[in-house]
Amino acid sequence: MRFVLKTRYAQDVDFFKHNGQRFWYALLGLFVFVAPFLLDDFYTGELSLVFIYAIAGIGLMLLVGYTGLVSLGHAAFLAIGAYAHAYFMTEGAPFIVSLIGATAVCVVIGAIVGIPSLRMTGIYLAVATLAFAQIVEKVLAHWESVTGGHRGMAVPEPEIFSWSLGTPRAFYFLVLLVLIGALFVALNLLRSPTGRAMIAIRDSEISAQAMGIHLARVKTTSFAVSAGFTGLAGGLLAHKIGYLAPDAFTILISIQLLLMVVVGGLGSMHGVIYGAVFIGLLPQGIAFLRESLPAGIGQIPGLEPGIFGLILVLFLVYEPLGIFGRWIKIRLFFSEFPLYRKSTYKRQKSYLRTERVH
Amino acid sequence: MELVQLLISGISQGCVYGLIALGFVLIYKATEMVNFAQGDLMMLGAFIAFGFINVLGWPFLWGFLATLAVMGVVGVTLERLLLRPMIGEPPFAVLMLTIGLGFILRAVAGAIWGYEDKTLSTPYGGGVARWGEISVGYENIAVVLGTLALCVLVFVFFRKTRVGIAMQAASQNQLAAYYVGIPVKWIFALVWAMSAMISATAGILVAPLSLINPIMGFVGIKAFAAAIVGGFGSLPGAFLAGLMIGIVEQFAKHGLPSGLEGFSETTAYVILLIMLFIRPEGIFATMQRKKV
Repeated sequence: MRFVLKTRYAQDVDFFKHNGQRFWYALLGLFVFVAPFLLDDFYTGELSLVFIYAIAGIGLMLLVGYTGLVSLGHAAFLAIGAYAHAYFMTEGAPFIVSLIGATAVCVVIGAIVGIPSLRMTGIYLAVATLAFAQIVEKVLAHWESVTGGHRGMAVPEPEIFSWSLGTPRAFYFLVLLVLIGALFVALNLLRSPTGRAMIAIRDSEISAQAMGIHLARVKTTSFAVSAGFTGLAGGLLAHKIGYLAPDAFTILISIQLLLMVVVGGLGSMHGVIYGAVFIGLLPQGIAFLRESLPAGIGQIPGLEPGIFGLILVLFLVYEPLGIFGRWIKIRLFFSEFPLYRKSTYKRQKSYLRTERVH
Repeated sequence: MELVQLLISGISQGCVYGLIALGFVLIYKATEMVNFAQGDLMMLGAFIAFGFINVLGWPFLWGFLATLAVMGVVGVTLERLLLRPMIGEPPFAVLMLTIGLGFILRAVAGAIWGYEDKTLSTPYGGGVARWGEISVGYENIAVVLGTLALCVLVFVFFRKTRVGIAMQAASQNQLAAYYVGIPVKWIFALVWAMSAMISATAGILVAPLSLINPIMGFVGIKAFAAAIVGGFGSLPGAFLAGLMIGIVEQFAKHGLPSGLEGFSETTAYVILLIMLFIRPEGIFATMQRKKV
């Protein structure tokens, strides 16, 4: 493990802890910048999809990984963002205004959904969000004057100041820019008092309250911000899909988003990116797997969700810290080579006690 | 007459929700875990019964008992393989795990039995009981009777038997339960076996009403809403809430203006949200706010 001697306050709040990190992130930045020029249109499109997932994942990570509130209904915010953006654009709003408007709509709805979250914990909240998502799905299917109902809704081409962003390469850079902006906002939020309060609530609600954190306000903020990021991703996703239909945003999408943050590694922004890459590449991997398997097994319908479930289960049982947690362990193994202790990141287990009265 | 007819179909649909909710409550009451794959266990049970009764041609009763035995083994196996490593993990992780499990079960069932609708043949299938103008299918009566019987059975089990009380103790405080000599791990395995069997029973009772297919387990989400409305951890609460949701759903399907009938599907969720707003602890409160 590398320890940096901090001599200035600026060092403490810096995004990068030391020059080694700066070097690797610069290299990564260079790679994502040249990637669309090296890859063909299909892979550029896939990569922009990964980035869109990552933006939605940032929102969910703030909620699940940092505030400790579980949402099984984030597909609803993705859907609201997508439909609101498409609707605003159809009504003639410019791209940027429309995207910001869609995000704002999601923030407001997220705050409204978040208010009762003070009274609910854990499973209750998860189910309330699930119920919310189910209702949103039905509303989208029936509010025909705005959403087009089951017929669906076409999404106009994105353009900024009559400069079209419709080509895969231009769209890629747009999404990349939004992703970097979102990461910047999220990381800044996390080192602000609000972000610290979120983490305190995750670790212990009671002690957070005892320290004077206003639970209702912080939880509602977290919900609203989370919904905002997801809505923003939804707006971009609308352009990626091109044609919106209510059945594109089912509970499966909510679960896929949760899968992303869990597999990536809860409680770290790195985890979001790893998770997004994982989710983005998985369909390709499964398609590849289908071809290489013998015909009888490869052609089974419904294989894909099953593999999703299997991966989720395997991660939860064997590596609850996700891909990022595994990477940290590997790094520690090499940096302390002969002295690595297996129990460094041992999970702390607690015996459950019920909160019910008997 | 129409209202009575609606009421009756609502009650039988509500019993289905109540029956699945029973499985949720059982696992939650005894292990403090939330099993989101309950509906999928029901689906699996229905498929296994279909395999015994329709494919192998066994008599209904033998097929039913064999299904219970198989599902008991499935329950214990799942607990040993997946849930036991999760003892002591945060509840959220268990919730995610059971969601993943649901996906796997659906894929397995789809791979073995395919995605076409199947009908389970039962000795009472197709028969209709009539009182004046009201007619009730035997399947509906079977669902109601089966649910009532199971409710009473589980209630007595938790109140009167040693094992049932040991289960409650294990749920109240795992560590203390260990100290007084309760084999907590085996209790958990037993709970899963029981819950899987109840789900299988639910599956067999429901099969004649709704056809068997790998996605029939999604009804479990509504049942889950019922379990929460009932106060999660309360058996009579789960049953009553299931009934309420079933009845309101039937009336909504009938009463909503044309074009909006689709919204009757969301009845369970609307009731759930209203309940969480006005009385988050459910009809039969079993939760209290944590005090320092």
